[in-house]
Amino acid sequence: MARMIGAEMFFETLIDEGIDVIFGIPGGYVLKVYDVMPKFTDRIKHVLTRHEQGATHMADGYARASGKPGVVLCTSGPAATNTVTGIATAQMDSSPIVVFTGQVPLPYLGSDAFQEADHIGITRPCTKHNYLVRKAIDLPKTMKEAFYIASSGRPSPVLVDMPKDVILGEDELIIPDEISLRGYNPPTKGDPKQIKKAVDMILKSKRPIIFGGGGIIHANATAELIEFAHRLEIPVTSTLMGLGAYPQDDPLYVHMLGMHGSYAANMAVHSSDLVISIGARFDDRATGGNFEEFSPNAEIIHIDIDPSTIDKNIVVHCPIIGHAKEVLKQLLEALPSKIDFDRSKWRRQINEWDKKHPMSYNQTEDKILTSFAIDTLSKITDDDAIIVSDVGQHQMWVAQFYKFNYPRTHITSGGLGTMGFGFPAGMGAKFACPDKQVVCVCGDGSFQMNMQELATAVEHKMDLKIMLLNNGHHGMVRQWQTMFFEGNYSASRFGVLPDFVMLAQSFGATGLRVDRPDQLEATLKEGLSTEGVVLMEIMVDCEELVYPMIAPGGAMSDMILGVSDVA
Amino acid sequence: MRHTISLFVDNESGVLSRVAGLFSARGFNIESLNVAETLDPDTSRITLVTTGDDFIIEQVIKRFNNMVNVIWVDDLTEETRVEREMILLRVEAKEKTRAEILRMADIFRAKVVDVGLETYTLELTGDKEKVNAFMELLEPMGIKEIARTGTVAMKRDTKNSNTGDSQ
Repeated sequence: MARMIGAEMFFETLIDEGIDVIFGIPGGYVLKVYDVMPKFTDRIKHVLTRHEQGATHMADGYARASGKPGVVLCTSGPAATNTVTGIATAQMDSSPIVVFTGQVPLPYLGSDAFQEADHIGITRPCTKHNYLVRKAIDLPKTMKEAFYIASSGRPSPVLVDMPKDVILGEDELIIPDEISLRGYNPPTKGDPKQIKKAVDMILKSKRPIIFGGGGIIHANATAELIEFAHRLEIPVTSTLMGLGAYPQDDPLYVHMLGMHGSYAANMAVHSSDLVISIGARFDDRATGGNFEEFSPNAEIIHIDIDPSTIDKNIVVHCPIIGHAKEVLKQLLEALPSKIDFDRSKWRRQINEWDKKHPMSYNQTEDKILTSFAIDTLSKITDDDAIIVSDVGQHQMWVAQFYKFNYPRTHITSGGLGTMGFGFPAGMGAKFACPDKQVVCVCGDGSFQMNMQELATAVEHKMDLKIMLLNNGHHGMVRQWQTMFFEGNYSASRFGVLPDFVMLAQSFGATGLRVDRPDQLEATLKEGLSTEGVVLMEIMVDCEELVYPMIAPGGAMSDMILGVSDVA
Repeated sequence: MRHTISLFVDNESGVLSRVAGLFSARGFNIESLNVAETLDPDTSRITLVTTGDDFIIEQVIKRFNNMVNVIWVDDLTEETRVEREMILLRVEAKEKTRAEILRMADIFRAKVVDVGLETYTLELTGDKEKVNAFMELLEPMGIKEIARTGTVAMKRDTKNSNTGDSQ
């Protein structure tokens, strides 16, 4: 057995786990880890970020684009607390990241030593599990457990705290082949009795709809979902997190549901007699938040890997605990060979809703509308481009107007709604998929929250495009102030903004700007075809509002469809 | 509704905070909590009593099941179970009341574990009702201090239900 110190075990275990890139910043208690790192950089790339929050979002973006866990390495105290927003973001959207933090030596724990913070205590509520390692010999086993927990079951973040004496401690390297934890057995197959019950419900339904969520993407269950939907001719709608899980070009697709979802999708869910939810959790932004009036005439089948999501917001008639891919396979197997159904009336109804109030905008010659800009982007990017959005109005327009046909091509902070996520997460996605076109779509507000990572992107000569939609405001805040606060625009306008083009140039990136609708497409094409990091600043109308909208706490059938609906 | 929840957990640092954290995150109070090693030294048993909305308690129990350190969890509320609590109680024992206190201790099968010049310290085991009744009766004498263990509970062995367990 090879003897080595904890710092070397750290890299040996990462390599054993198949990790090829880590995101981090050196500092006090992890300096020894960084000291041994050059021996391993032929097998593991280290990305020196400019802020630990950036590192965490990069790891998250990497995980969402690749399905493999993203890894963060940083020191203790402020570095560890800087990762908390990124960890909570990953947890809310079920993204597998593993964060390694340095820590004061064990004897100093709890003594208010320099750069000491209680990482375990601080991250307990926002991780699936976390570890304080006490001996170097335990480090490889703990790391393997961390990766197993993060990436199995419902994917989630895990934090491993490494005191300095563990990093320096010398012992034998023992990497276990298999991990078994007596308190952790993630579900796989659904209960056959529930499968049978679900099939009976499906066969008797006249107006079924599939309510698809991010769980389909995590489970890589797109192929099974397509087969299931086609076999039974069931329309498929999607939550924000589920975009891309089902091809939007497919005739059975009904565009996104929820607070800013389509009229057709919300009406279809509201009028359905059977909602089949797969990998979704009925959160308030997907259902409008009026849980009592959710789909009043429907029975509900809820397929989820996490038992704690069952009956949390909506009481369901047939829960199936299991992995979406496995459960869909079981359902397909349990279907009779010949099924009689006639969906023509139901599908015609949905099409009529769609025709009545399609997603639309009215671009004039004057100011660029963000909806138009996103629609244009959708038309000129690669079919399988990865679009990473930030948080706010532009995020909703990306969801409404960008056509996603493949899983893992739409990445956004849906659950926590973390502004500043988009740009670093887009970098992470590009590290995961270097051969794909990656575009970060950001607002001026959200880009400013992590723009320091421009340096990291340029340093790594990334071929990454940033579409920055500048409306001079916190756009979604402004929208709510318009709609619900009598136009009292308190603190939503930026008094000063940087010159984003010059800002990009100062980092060594390319900057472009456009403010005329007729020049938008040409500018975007120029930006997308320019090598390297390119920031395209699009000056947009700050008065455009995202519609339709279910007012918070409203029912899905109760949508505000446009300006004329606002009292 | 009042719930008695039994958890088997890994016997290691931090597990109790994880369990308690699920309650504090929802603004719930834990009425009593007891933790000790089981026959297996790697495992601890937690008995937790809380009052709250049944729906939310059910969610909390599902979350317990998700925890890596929780091996097994059971809501004993609807089960036939044995529940006990121990109390140490220091009561003023003046000339006039000393005999009365001892008589009461005898009726409740409490033990005198410490005798001071003007106090008795009593030890009593029983279910919550018995402990409360004992305290009520001693109240007029002047209870100076108490320490309660909180409830510990076990499902009854259904084959021998209600035998050999009279108070």
